Amino acid sequence: MNAHLQPTGSAYFLTKETQEIERHTLSVLVDNEPGILARVVGLFSARGYNIESLTVSETEHGRRLSRITVVVIATPRVLVQIKLQLERLVPVHKVHDLTAEGASLERELALIKVAGSGDHRAETLRLADAFRAQIVDASVESFVFEVTGKPAKIDSFIALMQPLGLVEVVRTGLAAISRGPQGM
Amino acid sequence: MAEKMTGAEMVIQALSDHGVEHIFGYPGGAALPIYDAMFQQDQVQHILVRHEQGATHMAEGYARSTGKPGIVLVTSGPGATNAVTGLTDALMDSIPMICITAQVPTTLIGTDAFQECDTVGITRSCTKYNYLVKRIEDLPRIMHEAFLIATTGRPGPVVIDIPKDVQFALGDYYKPDMETLRHQSYRPQMDGDSAAIEAAVDLMLKAERPIFYTGGGVINAGPEASDLLRELAELTGFPVTSTLMGLGAFPASNPQWMGMLGMHGTYEANLAMHDCDVMINIGARFDDRITGRIDAFSPHSRKIHVDIDPSSINKVVRVDVPIIGDCARVLSEMVRVWRSKTNQPRTEAIAPWWKQIEKWRAVNSLGYKNSDTTIKPQYAIERLYEATRKQAKDVYITTEVGQHQMWAAQHFHFDKPNRWMTSGGLGTMGYGLPAAVGVQVAHPDALVIDIAGEASVQMTMQELSTAVQYRLPIKVFILNNERMGMVRQWQDLLHGSRYAHSYSESLPDFVKLAEAYGGKGIRCESPAELDAAIAEMLDYDGPVLFDVIVEKDENCLPMIPSGKPHNEIILPDTANIGDIIDEKGRQLV
Ligand SMILES: Cc1ncc(C[n+]2csc(CCOP(=O)(O)OP(=O)(O)O)c2C)c(N)n1
Ligand SMILES: [Mg+2]
Repeated sequence: MNAHLQPTGSAYFLTKETQEIERHTLSVLVDNEPGILARVVGLFSARGYNIESLTVSETEHGRRLSRITVVVIATPRVLVQIKLQLERLVPVHKVHDLTAEGASLERELALIKVAGSGDHRAETLRLADAFRAQIVDASVESFVFEVTGKPAKIDSFIALMQPLGLVEVVRTGLAAISRGPQGM
Repeated sequence: MAEKMTGAEMVIQALSDHGVEHIFGYPGGAALPIYDAMFQQDQVQHILVRHEQGATHMAEGYARSTGKPGIVLVTSGPGATNAVTGLTDALMDSIPMICITAQVPTTLIGTDAFQECDTVGITRSCTKYNYLVKRIEDLPRIMHEAFLIATTGRPGPVVIDIPKDVQFALGDYYKPDMETLRHQSYRPQMDGDSAAIEAAVDLMLKAERPIFYTGGGVINAGPEASDLLRELAELTGFPVTSTLMGLGAFPASNPQWMGMLGMHGTYEANLAMHDCDVMINIGARFDDRITGRIDAFSPHSRKIHVDIDPSSINKVVRVDVPIIGDCARVLSEMVRVWRSKTNQPRTEAIAPWWKQIEKWRAVNSLGYKNSDTTIKPQYAIERLYEATRKQAKDVYITTEVGQHQMWAAQHFHFDKPNRWMTSGGLGTMGYGLPAAVGVQVAHPDALVIDIAGEASVQMTMQELSTAVQYRLPIKVFILNNERMGMVRQWQDLLHGSRYAHSYSESLPDFVKLAEAYGGKGIRCESPAELDAAIAEMLDYDGPVLFDVIVEKDENCLPMIPSGKPHNEIILPDTANIGDIIDEKGRQLV
């Protein structure tokens, strides 16, 4: 555990916090027990950390382990604190900062409802095709699309649907995993 | 192995399996099965309190004076909510505590049942961990796991919420293998990284202006950590200061002791912290009462930080050599590595530093103007200290919160760990009297004194009744200034001496109050009579409320105002403290 806390080399903590704010994706392996989500979320609100997205689901049923993917926005110093504070929670097994550890894959799924008729319908379908959005429900005046991809891709698809009769959107939040053979 | 018993019996069995002898509690409907199980055994003695907050502070006093966890038992709803202050206090000060809260039956949870509250929800952020036991099969494991979590790593309070039907249910009781409990997710790191320890000793070997800054972690690591601290200090020849929570870990009678540091610490300790070149933090956490203005905190030093909690590292102050581990183990490694490199203290190299420290010491920052007519609070504590030194008994001090607490820290001196119990992190008025009760339960033959303020002591005064019931001869030494002195001092400093609601008006007659409870009351107003009155208090074999009428408007100095660096400390001879703090400082706590 000491390894990631090597001497900083500088004793002079005189500098103001000049560090830039960064967005990082953390992957948190936890015991899937009652209240675990409240513990994690409570930690963020109690210490004033910002959550941008949070997803949670049991991923190893046999061992009752869940994986929480949380996107946070903070300075590098606070990011280290967030990781250490999470690790301090008794049911937390491991915390990985996927952004800091290098290449990782990030995906999100959205369900998007668009209503319209005539030309709009044709344009909607053309764009959906370009974004590889699946039609999961259709009626004479509406579609529900399923889109998967990086959050930015989903953002742009939603922006394009706006003038074409966007009704509503649900998003899962981010799921992320590291590249390569290693697991958590 | 497994034995059939009810949930309530399992609770008692698990407590006695862990060697618990005392439990502080208060009954109620949902807790009755556990009380019934307790009635039918005599291994665990129950101390009936007068308010659940009192039970939690008693458990804290018990824990801090023994190193063992303090045990609390309360009923559902109001019993649990009344325990919240003490749980938070224990979390802030890293005190091992297990608090068993009864809950309404599982079938009623969520229905707004009578005396139902969301105990695990309410206590989630004020415990190290908490449990709601929904199935009897989980109870044995949880009971034992709670001990593991409360007492290891950075200690803290654990709540076990047990619904009434689970207390009645029959199940198999067993003792789990403590080694395998939770070992997947809960593994406190005990041994410090050897390369980091090596690096720390190398820094220490080159230091010219070193200082040991020690904290409550040394106490929590057990008496051997205090012995090792003394050994390392003597090996190196370095000066030692400590936080409020760490007092007693290093003997105050040792010439290397510089007194407490921080907001009301000594001039020499604070200036040495500011000017040092190598700071060795052992088991302290750079609390804001210690650092003052963070960007001016010890600007020229390299910092070594030993802490068992990785999240304490770099939380507020960036350090150069972090060492995560138990203070005792790390100290013992530091001693070994130091010895392997030299057998000399750095006496010569740091002689100029000591010379400087002696100059600061000569300022006599704890000095005060004594009086023949009114008792000065500092004088009262000095006389109390002198009187207790002549006692054959072991002496334990607890305090409330306020000026009297700081004066006690400055003028009472400790040579051993676990003798000083105070609410540091949370600053809970009302802590001291029940904490003294808890200490006295653990050490029936010791002299236990709560150094109190007249305002604080009224918050948990009813526990005097507990002391009387169990013949616990605690002494409550009230420095009665008829003011919430610390609040008045801040109003003096920050709010143009407008004393909004900081008077203690319509005070009770503490002598009569003591008598009403069945204790002894003593009142003293004159410096000339003080020694005799203290002797009378110490000679009395029973609880005493001692009402010392002291100077009303004394300020507690020295003081580093919030937002100021250490070298802008206010000394006792400063004329007008009202002009010192600027607008920015006023915003701070
Ligand atoms: C429960 C609680 N409420 C309020 C405070 C804020 N507070 C800090 S010190 C103090 C006054 C304490 O007065 P007293 O016990 O008479 O001690 P003195 O400062 O006069 O020695 C107050 C109100 C606190 N620390 N705890
Ligand atoms: Mg007072």
